[in-house]
Amino acid sequence: MNILYLVVQQTMFFSIPLLIVALGGVFTERGGVTNIALDGMMIMGAFTSIFFINRMGGVMSGQPLLLLAILIAVATGMIFSLLHAYASVNMKADQIISGTALNMFAPAFAIYVARMIQENSVQQITFSNTFRIASVPILGDIPILGGLFFRNAYITTYIGLLILVVSTIVLYKTRFGLRLRACGEHPHAADSVGINVYKMRYAGVIISGGLAGLGGLVFVVPTSTQFNATVSGYGFLALAVMIFGQWKPIRVLFAAFFFGLMKTIASAYSVIPFLSTSQIPSDVYKMIPFIATLIVLAFSSKSSQAPRAVAVPYDKGSR
Amino acid sequence: MIAVLRKLLNIRGFNNATSSIVAILAGLLFGFIVLLISNPSQAADGFVIILKGGFSTGAKGMGQVMYFATPLILTGLSVGFAFKTGLFNIGASGQFIMGAFAAVYIGVKWTFIPAPFHWMVALLAATLVGALWALIPGLLKAYLNVHEVISTIMMNYIGMYLANYLVKTTVYDSKKALSMSVAESAVLPKAGLDKIFYNTMGSSGAVDVSTVNCGFYIAIVMAIIIYIVLNKTTFGYELKACGFNRDASKYAGINEKRSIVLSMVIAGALAGLGGGLLYLSGASGRHIKPVDVLAPEGFNGIPVALLGLSNPIGIIFSAIFISYITLGGNYLQTLDFVPEIIDIIIACIIYFSAFALIFRNILPALLKWRLSVAEKKRSQSSDSDEEGLATETEEGKE
Repeated sequence: MNILYLVVQQTMFFSIPLLIVALGGVFTERGGVTNIALDGMMIMGAFTSIFFINRMGGVMSGQPLLLLAILIAVATGMIFSLLHAYASVNMKADQIISGTALNMFAPAFAIYVARMIQENSVQQITFSNTFRIASVPILGDIPILGGLFFRNAYITTYIGLLILVVSTIVLYKTRFGLRLRACGEHPHAADSVGINVYKMRYAGVIISGGLAGLGGLVFVVPTSTQFNATVSGYGFLALAVMIFGQWKPIRVLFAAFFFGLMKTIASAYSVIPFLSTSQIPSDVYKMIPFIATLIVLAFSSKSSQAPRAVAVPYDKGSR
Repeated sequence: MIAVLRKLLNIRGFNNATSSIVAILAGLLFGFIVLLISNPSQAADGFVIILKGGFSTGAKGMGQVMYFATPLILTGLSVGFAFKTGLFNIGASGQFIMGAFAAVYIGVKWTFIPAPFHWMVALLAATLVGALWALIPGLLKAYLNVHEVISTIMMNYIGMYLANYLVKTTVYDSKKALSMSVAESAVLPKAGLDKIFYNTMGSSGAVDVSTVNCGFYIAIVMAIIIYIVLNKTTFGYELKACGFNRDASKYAGINEKRSIVLSMVIAGALAGLGGGLLYLSGASGRHIKPVDVLAPEGFNGIPVALLGLSNPIGIIFSAIFISYITLGGNYLQTLDFVPEIIDIIIACIIYFSAFALIFRNILPALLKWRLSVAEKKRSQSSDSDEEGLATETEEGKE
């Protein structure tokens, strides 16, 4: 039973950041801008917020510190995403190239700044993890369910689920969501009824940047005690989760759980009884999430329901 | 002056090169600003080191620039070739490292191959494995509609972990935590380059020879071959047509699925060959380091291709440029700067290359418009020659 608890908890740690970042992807792609820079935005968000935790660790601890770090991660992601929004909306640049540039920039920047600022010019930023909630009051005492979802948890898990609910409502029940989706499907039609396509696309990209920045922090905090300018390709996995989830929030949730489980197997195989005895090397386990992604994409891409105008720069003058 | 400018503006190559140069200048400027913020007192010295690049260490340094440019030419060709055929190959990293492993494996283990053929077989294997690594995303794209950007990224990670695993289990030198050096017969011949690129050390006359070898020639030959294939053959035309419009080329009778797969395979073969060329270089050359980092040579193929505007000949020059400033970045450590500054600069260059469309269409148009305004002014003021001359020199300066 303890193993089951562990696997579920681990799966949460890996799934929630995927969920948050993939939801960010949904917002930007539904608005018609593709954003392969999610990985870079995660790195930037994680970098500034972990650095903040590193510096403020002596002054504060626990949930207030984490909440402040979350705000910083979101803000960083949003600011960083402006670069992508400017390139793809105003400059009508190739969105894949702009995204690639940001993906290269983020780790280089994180390493550069960390090594310039920190003593002995080390690139790893360490932090002490004071954020784990051993047991949520009352809920943690529920038999089985409490053990599965309310012990050894992080506040970020619940924030992630909250974001899922809010995203669904925003996308499907608000005027903004409808307009955003219109801009991703048929921007000219949206423009003709008075929607500012540029503004909407900016909004989509900025939301994705904020969520990706948050996702970076949420990924690093439970799984490590240091940040080494990488999120292990998680931003790209999140893109795959988004495609597998067919750009729909609830489906994205299930896709994220699937990938989270794959990742859990990859990282926790040594404590899972029947896997630890098999002689499979760790590098093979590390490949699993990526191989699973390829296989899943092979089966789900044929009937892709991608927003129709995604990755096409909107030009008022064209038809 | 105006006439010269006007002529230049009508040459397409000039307009294209301008956009790359603007991107490079913008990237360098940004790099300088970063240096200035992080350490104002040494920023100027640091910037000079970057600009001096490979020249900082004389003839050997220039040789090293060519040695590190060799794989970049190949990965640049890989990305550029895919661009020309309408595909975006982010997977050069994975193809590169898998090709590199194949070459190193054969270089270390297959010593039964007679000397002159050993390195050739190793290179061939690198090419084939690179092609194979790109075949999967190609097939997925052509038959199952999987976007090649996502699938090649996945193949990057799978390739990295697989290559690490294979290196660790077959050709690992655990003392150095690197792959073993390949056998003498598998090292690429120097082909006379060691007679040019070396430094003399002290008065004893000992020489410090650069690692550059005939791989550089091979890279240039490949660039020329790709140029011919793309521009002078029906095959290349078909691949390009598919890139422009998949449906139209299908109706024109081109087997579009086959074209997509072939484009990917050729791109992968180029990147894989690049891996072979870099690592078949003796004890002083590079060795595979099995750590969880994607091969940067693959990613740097993207700026190389962008700066070279996917033109194989342009790619040779942009690869040399990227290799040049990367080496400059390594020398920066003498000033307590961190070499990652170069990655920041390269990222900025890519970012600004994404605006290439603007530079390429609007900038020349703007210049042309200014020129025509100037000419109009001149014809209006033809009664006073002096005034016309004044405008001419003014515009000429711009």
